[in-house]
Amino acid sequence: MKLKSVFINTTNCITPLGLDVETNIRNISKGISGIRLHKNLVYAEQPFYASIIENSLIEEAFSSVSSSEEYTRLEKMMILALMPVIKKMNPVFDEKTILIVSTTKGNITQLSTISETSAQSADLSLMAQKIASFFGFITEPVIVSNACVSGILSLAVAKRLIQSEACNQAFVVAGDEFSKFVLSGFNCFQAVSNEPCQPYSVNRKGVTLGEAAAAACVSANGQNALAEIVGDGAINDANHISGPSRTGEGLFRSVERAMKEAEIKSEQIDYINAHGTATSFNDEMEAIAFNRSRLGNVPLNSLKGYYGHTLGASGLLETVIGIESLNSGKLYPSIGFDEMGLSQALNIITQNEEKELNYLLKTASGFGGCNTAVLFKKAK
Amino acid sequence: MADKNSFIQSWCTIQNNKINLNGETIFESEPTIGFADFAKAAYRNFGWSYPKFFKMDSLSKLAFIAAELLLKDETTNETETDIALVFSNKSSSMDTDVTFQESIATKENYYPSPAVFVYTLPNICMGEISIRHNLKSENSFFIFEKFNPGFLSNYTDVLLSTNRAEKVLCAWVDFYKETYRANFYLVNSTEGLEHNETTIKTLFNT
Repeated sequence: MKLKSVFINTTNCITPLGLDVETNIRNISKGISGIRLHKNLVYAEQPFYASIIENSLIEEAFSSVSSSEEYTRLEKMMILALMPVIKKMNPVFDEKTILIVSTTKGNITQLSTISETSAQSADLSLMAQKIASFFGFITEPVIVSNACVSGILSLAVAKRLIQSEACNQAFVVAGDEFSKFVLSGFNCFQAVSNEPCQPYSVNRKGVTLGEAAAAACVSANGQNALAEIVGDGAINDANHISGPSRTGEGLFRSVERAMKEAEIKSEQIDYINAHGTATSFNDEMEAIAFNRSRLGNVPLNSLKGYYGHTLGASGLLETVIGIESLNSGKLYPSIGFDEMGLSQALNIITQNEEKELNYLLKTASGFGGCNTAVLFKKAK
Repeated sequence: MADKNSFIQSWCTIQNNKINLNGETIFESEPTIGFADFAKAAYRNFGWSYPKFFKMDSLSKLAFIAAELLLKDETTNETETDIALVFSNKSSSMDTDVTFQESIATKENYYPSPAVFVYTLPNICMGEISIRHNLKSENSFFIFEKFNPGFLSNYTDVLLSTNRAEKVLCAWVDFYKETYRANFYLVNSTEGLEHNETTIKTLFNT
């Protein structure tokens, strides 16, 4: 049976580099990063680097959307991300129009006071339902919470649901907030860099955390679409819960599965927007997996140098930016990269470049051994 | 997209310190004992030998027990089996989230541990099962307000009909503060009970 073609119709993002895609692209093309040194005892005793959105920007933007006090900061970010996408698509909210919410930690900051009510207010389905109700969805939201692959996996899920005819149109919103919870966690793994993160560099010292929200509309309607989702795979390493496979097994298989479905060969892939967290093991694992798939020569970047690691938002946010590159032909440098620090070659983008692009590969990997690869084709 | 039939070959529920496999109670403990003791008693009862079990958080232990019962004759360490995991719950990893939050709540009492932090993600239990059963396969973790047989059956059929997996282990696995429930079932393309929303609702009494 021939499956439906599935497209990304429109996108948006809310980040420290701007509250829409255009502003984000303008800042990225100038090499501006959202990562700053922060001194804030609420989060940590020591100063730390992070990519954080100023509260006043969120509040100001949200005040023009709603005067309600019932939304958390993260919910505001996600509503703001989704708003222009909904406005542009102007959907009929019927039983075939769904909301997919991607997050790893959701409203975890609500837990900072330990009580039964705080655990309830950190409930993910409550958060998703609030966002769904804000816009008027009548279907129960689908929440994808699959560690750091959540954002990109949610696009694969949208595609699969559309192809199964469970829905006609999926609105995907992904968001995660910077928190003491996550900073403390990555710190106790000694995985946080004491400088802005440097993906793939020999000098890399770990992640820089960030926060963002991103949104997209996914449907079988290819008219004026930004890109087609042509293949995907989300395969586990079955190796270790807190570290990637040394052979890159799950990522390799996810990429192979995506290429097989798209019926393309590795030499047809023009650009890889990779995960590149700047931890020693992750970046090395990616180099191994991509070389196993004969992708070592393909121009590649990680956007973590601009945004830090935005957890469940990252896969969708980076796809939003990646699709802009796919359509404009403009490739942006993987900032933070200086000297190669991998056992196998990758073609890291080091300056603004322009070239004709047709296929984009987006990947992510995360705790629990999860990996996701999604292939996008420029829409005609 | 029903161009491939699908069937439920086996199922398992765990709640109130009682384990049911394919409709029969195969193990139970006094309802008064806590989950940790119940899980240990179940592990010993079945004669398992997998020391990593004792390092897991409650959500992963719950998932591990149910998966062990359904997959023990399906997988071996030597060969790979293509069984996808499609898991879901309501409470995400909130039980462990609260434990971790307590460890960072005050400056005086700040002791975050990597061994706890890693379990502050719901999909870790799928990682544990993937490792145990050598499943280099499709994984997705979803959160819903309650057990959602309609979504799970549809998503499972997509995975099977697009040849992403030979079988799919579906689960609702929820644990928060000693209240827990596991509904697990294994879906294939050849034989068993007809796999659809109605059958799932009947099997799990929802």
